[in-house]
Amino acid sequence: MSSGAEQPQQLVDHLFRHEAGKMIAVLTRVFGISNLELVEDTVQETFLKALQVWRYGQLPDNPSAWLMRVARNRTIDLIRRQQKLANLSEELAHRLQSSTENAVDQFFLDTEIADSQLRMIFTCCHPALNPEDQVALTLKTVSGFGVQEIARALLSTETAIQKRLYRAREFIKSESIRFEIPVGHELSGRLDVVYTVLYLLFNEGYNSLKADELIRHDLCAEAMRLCKLLTEHRQAADPSAFALLSLMCFQASRFESRIGEDNTIILLQKQDRNKWDHELIRMGYYYLNLSSTGDQLSVYHIESAIAAEHCLAPNFESTNWSALLQLYDYLLQRKPSPVVRLNRSIVVAQLEGVHAAIDLILDIPGIRLLLEQHYIYPAVLGDLYARAGNCNEGRRLLQMAWHLTSSLAEKRLLQDKLEALCQSTATE
Amino acid sequence: MKNFLFIFRGPAYEDLNLTPEESQAAMQKWYDWIGELSAKDRYVGGEPLHKEGKMVQGSKPVVTDGPFAEGKELLGGYFIVKAESLEEAAQLAKGYPDFSINGSVEVREIMKIPMQS
Repeated sequence: MSSGAEQPQQLVDHLFRHEAGKMIAVLTRVFGISNLELVEDTVQETFLKALQVWRYGQLPDNPSAWLMRVARNRTIDLIRRQQKLANLSEELAHRLQSSTENAVDQFFLDTEIADSQLRMIFTCCHPALNPEDQVALTLKTVSGFGVQEIARALLSTETAIQKRLYRAREFIKSESIRFEIPVGHELSGRLDVVYTVLYLLFNEGYNSLKADELIRHDLCAEAMRLCKLLTEHRQAADPSAFALLSLMCFQASRFESRIGEDNTIILLQKQDRNKWDHELIRMGYYYLNLSSTGDQLSVYHIESAIAAEHCLAPNFESTNWSALLQLYDYLLQRKPSPVVRLNRSIVVAQLEGVHAAIDLILDIPGIRLLLEQHYIYPAVLGDLYARAGNCNEGRRLLQMAWHLTSSLAEKRLLQDKLEALCQSTATE
Repeated sequence: MKNFLFIFRGPAYEDLNLTPEESQAAMQKWYDWIGELSAKDRYVGGEPLHKEGKMVQGSKPVVTDGPFAEGKELLGGYFIVKAESLEEAAQLAKGYPDFSINGSVEVREIMKIPMQS
């Protein structure tokens, strides 16, 4: 009988989720990617066993090793059953059994577990899958999220997520996608897709004000965990992975300070910089340093440098805007997207004044459509017009933005701006 | 202080289809409860029971396979808990985390029989 737990026992946060990801990866190595369902059932059974046994009082010394052991035994069991069906002689069955156990045990070694997880990441982020399926499958299979949790995180429904997962799994089966880490020249292209998915995952958590706080936090933490996994792997640890991880650290350092009570948005200039997570900023610099080997300069390097520049300034006023402008110029060369142009114009507003910034925004290719479709464009442009003293144009655009966003937090921020806008012109 | 047996009859967790995170949360509730009982120096120990078993009954005993109670009334395990009285023991049993999923606790005092003459 287990006796007298002296202190309340605690499981490490998200232990089961993380172990689920590990077990799924290892078991997929054993049973093949086309047997994902069998693999997921086996993992489920492992947790049930833990739940049945542990709850009466005793946590094993090493819960994670215990889970792996149960999964390993279950795996051997399943293989043994298959072999029984093959009607082999007892002698052959016996020999096969011991070599099977040896082979399976190899897969459960720590280095092999990491390797299997990486294979799983590459498989879920296969370029032939569409991005939303990549994200859902990664969360389910690599991160151990449940369907309902994914739906909450991605602001979707369980049915929709089930569909995506089904579609992705069928695709992997029908196209015989290989469960492997790409090598040679293929690797860097495939890594780019993985980075994109991880960054998407992170941003989904960081920017989505509609999802609840807890799940947003989980998403960011998960993206960072997976990115860290990449940096720790000998084949995948390329400078861009470090740059992406440092970018995530810098961004995450502001996670708490950018949202006030009642889920209101606090803009960068108004954030209490003492509330920034300085440990994360320190880690951001640490990984940024590690990313500066080799001659690669990825967009993540530049974006991370931009985030670092903000973290460096003790307050908004002392931000080094000319350094930021230079970084945005680099970024624009690498990634000439409308949103980069938009962000660059905000920096220009600080250096050359709002009129120059307004001109730049109006010059963005396709700006008319963008203003009508994405709230961020009219929100930024409207704000600049307001600052330029053009109350009418400012109001028109801010109202447009208000109608375009469905986030209550963003609506409130825009509402505040609208109210402040007409007051300041009234007093002038 | 007397010893009491807490017999847990609960739902089969496999029917609940829990995600890893939910499984962990369910587990944590049990640990919190055990921690609470231990802090009051009430928890003596506990053990799970295997799901498989045999039932032997009849005047010409017949052996059948378990589980013994129908359906969801699965006897999953037990605690031994110290308490001053049956009332206190029952009070402590209210901390059982699985009431909401139709679990129940049977509380029984373990008899102490003086054997010395």
